Amino acid sequence: MARWQRRRKMSKAEARSREADQKEYVSRSQGQMIWSAFKRHRVGNVGTVVVLLFILFAIFAEFVAPYHYGKQYRNHPYAPPSTIHWRDEDGSLTRPYVYRTDRTLDRTTYKVSYIEDTSKKYPIRFFTRGEAGYKLFGLIPSNIHLFGAMADDGDITEVFLLGTDSLGRDLLTRCLVGSWVSLSVGPLVVLLVIPISIVLGGVSGYYGGGVDMFIQRACEVMLAIPGLPILMAMGAALRGFGLSAGMVFMGIIVALAIVSWGGTARIIRGQVLAIREMDFVTSARAAGASDLRVILRHITPNVTSYLIVNATLTIPGMMLTEAALSFLGYGIQEPMTSWGALLNAATNVGSIEQHPWILIPGIFIVISVLAFNFMGDAVRDAVDPYSVI
Amino acid sequence: MLTYMIRRTLYMIPLLLIVSLISFSLIKLMPGDYLTTARMNPQITEQTLQQQIERFGLDRPFLVQYWFWLKNVLQGDFGTSFDTRMPVFKTLFFGSRLMWTVIIAMTTLVLTWIFAIPIGIYSATHQYKPSDHVVTFFGFLGLSIPNFFFALVLMWMLVVIFHVGDRGLGVAGLLDSRFFDSPFSWAKFVNYIWHLWPVWVVIGTANMAGLIRLMRGSLLDTLSLPYVQTARSKGLTERVVTYKHAVRNAINPLVTTLGLSLPGLVNGGVITAIVLNIPTVGRAYFSALQRQDEPVIMGGLLFFSLFLLIGNVIADFLLAWVDPRIRYD
Repeated sequence: MARWQRRRKMSKAEARSREADQKEYVSRSQGQMIWSAFKRHRVGNVGTVVVLLFILFAIFAEFVAPYHYGKQYRNHPYAPPSTIHWRDEDGSLTRPYVYRTDRTLDRTTYKVSYIEDTSKKYPIRFFTRGEAGYKLFGLIPSNIHLFGAMADDGDITEVFLLGTDSLGRDLLTRCLVGSWVSLSVGPLVVLLVIPISIVLGGVSGYYGGGVDMFIQRACEVMLAIPGLPILMAMGAALRGFGLSAGMVFMGIIVALAIVSWGGTARIIRGQVLAIREMDFVTSARAAGASDLRVILRHITPNVTSYLIVNATLTIPGMMLTEAALSFLGYGIQEPMTSWGALLNAATNVGSIEQHPWILIPGIFIVISVLAFNFMGDAVRDAVDPYSVI
Repeated sequence: MLTYMIRRTLYMIPLLLIVSLISFSLIKLMPGDYLTTARMNPQITEQTLQQQIERFGLDRPFLVQYWFWLKNVLQGDFGTSFDTRMPVFKTLFFGSRLMWTVIIAMTTLVLTWIFAIPIGIYSATHQYKPSDHVVTFFGFLGLSIPNFFFALVLMWMLVVIFHVGDRGLGVAGLLDSRFFDSPFSWAKFVNYIWHLWPVWVVIGTANMAGLIRLMRGSLLDTLSLPYVQTARSKGLTERVVTYKHAVRNAINPLVTTLGLSLPGLVNGGVITAIVLNIPTVGRAYFSALQRQDEPVIMGGLLFFSLFLLIGNVIADFLLAWVDPRIRYD
């Protein structure tokens, strides 16, 4: 850069600062600074929107899903995703419609295929009444679904947007209902891990001495435990007890929390150790604050930014672990389902080769975990608004 | 330093003991009792059953049973598999399972570093440029794909889209059947590599994003230090400044994370081996779990734990070696 250019630039900067001097300063709270830093992270914003969309779809899962997630269409096992037709016979654009499909078995090759019966069109309609009744938010009984296929004479046919599984259950419905488990596992585990880590890490760092020794050794044991193998064993134990699916779900969350608190507690201990020596803690103590008050009022707020970052980055990891466990059959049990459990049907290449659509739940996992990761990245950049990146 | 190394190594013993106690209680918690199953089996005589009860103290309280188990282990006896009737050691490490487990872990780790560090450097030197964003995006994508799903999709793509079967190449296992009995040759080696690359890709991509980000952050920090400014003002080229002055120091924090990346390696290795049918300890552990083969499950858990601990110790030694500023007394 030439000298005169640099000078011009500098004078510009000076001018700007002089302008700022004359302008009224705007004071912003920490919350506002976090928000504006968060907004600057474009990819993170997209991630957050996607996460919110997933949550929205999960809340309205039974409304968006055309059927009940346990309903088996016995004459439609492994039906491929329905073909949606956009064009008439003469090729002009029309409202989307599907045909009724019939399962046929080729007597020579024993290959099953679904053939469309083109005699009657079933246009896709929105807000149709379906046979599956549900309670929205667990309160409002309804049987209106987002979409369904109905012929003009009122005849109804099934439409499987993502195909069906081996028992003829609609995969879209199961993916939507499975999102309840898949999306809630991460936050629920974090809700368990954070209090445990605050208490153990806080006590360990604040008091030091024998308690510290003991808790640190416990952390080391937790870190020496091989995560996935021990979770598989825990899952096997849970499965064998004959518990209800809901209890198994709780058990999985507790197991995930047990296995993963060690690292978080350790880092919190480190932070507390550093904060403990700061002047404001000493003065709080000198002012006669009790230990509990010092920990909760003076130290904990200083580790919250770390906790928020840790939470948003732990969630995707927990989602992946739950998916892996359920995929192996040691996670969520029937009749509950999750994206990982749905992939349990896709354990061998032969099955995937014939019915590739059973891999679709995996795409839901990838997109949601990616979105959570980007959101976490944005949160990490934003929670420390004073840092200059 | 030597005392530190010895102390660090000896410290593994109490940790292993506690892990073994936890694993033991977990396995005893598992429903389905070995004795009842064994009594149903006509091949097992009452006499062998009595022997087993005697040996493992199966009719005694839990802690006594653990004590029996521990005594046997200290004598080098990890018990006999309920399923294969072979010693646990043999069942877990049968064939070259142990070797493959270690080889896969090591090669994946090395490959991850070989790829992640240059990418991290590139990302840091091109901060906020589109290429930086692209690299970050793919890093996150690799992080977000479940290992098992990636392995499934890879298999599906190889078989259905690329039709590798037509060229006589399989996708699961370690080796195509025609090489099973052949002596070691170049073609056999290539076949091993063909079967291993999906494993490297699947586990590697899952662990690379973290390393890339660390390298990027660490290098950015280092590049803003005064000594780098000094190097620049001496008139050194940016290349020399980056690679000779900054990168060497920026790598140190990464070595610290070596130990932290091990669990990911173990978990990824287990699940990938299960999906891709690679004969590793993880796969043997999975089949033992499916058959409720308690002694083998126990041995497997101990093995993984030992693997983690040894890895951590090596990482610590490496850190001490790389960074002489760290002192241990």
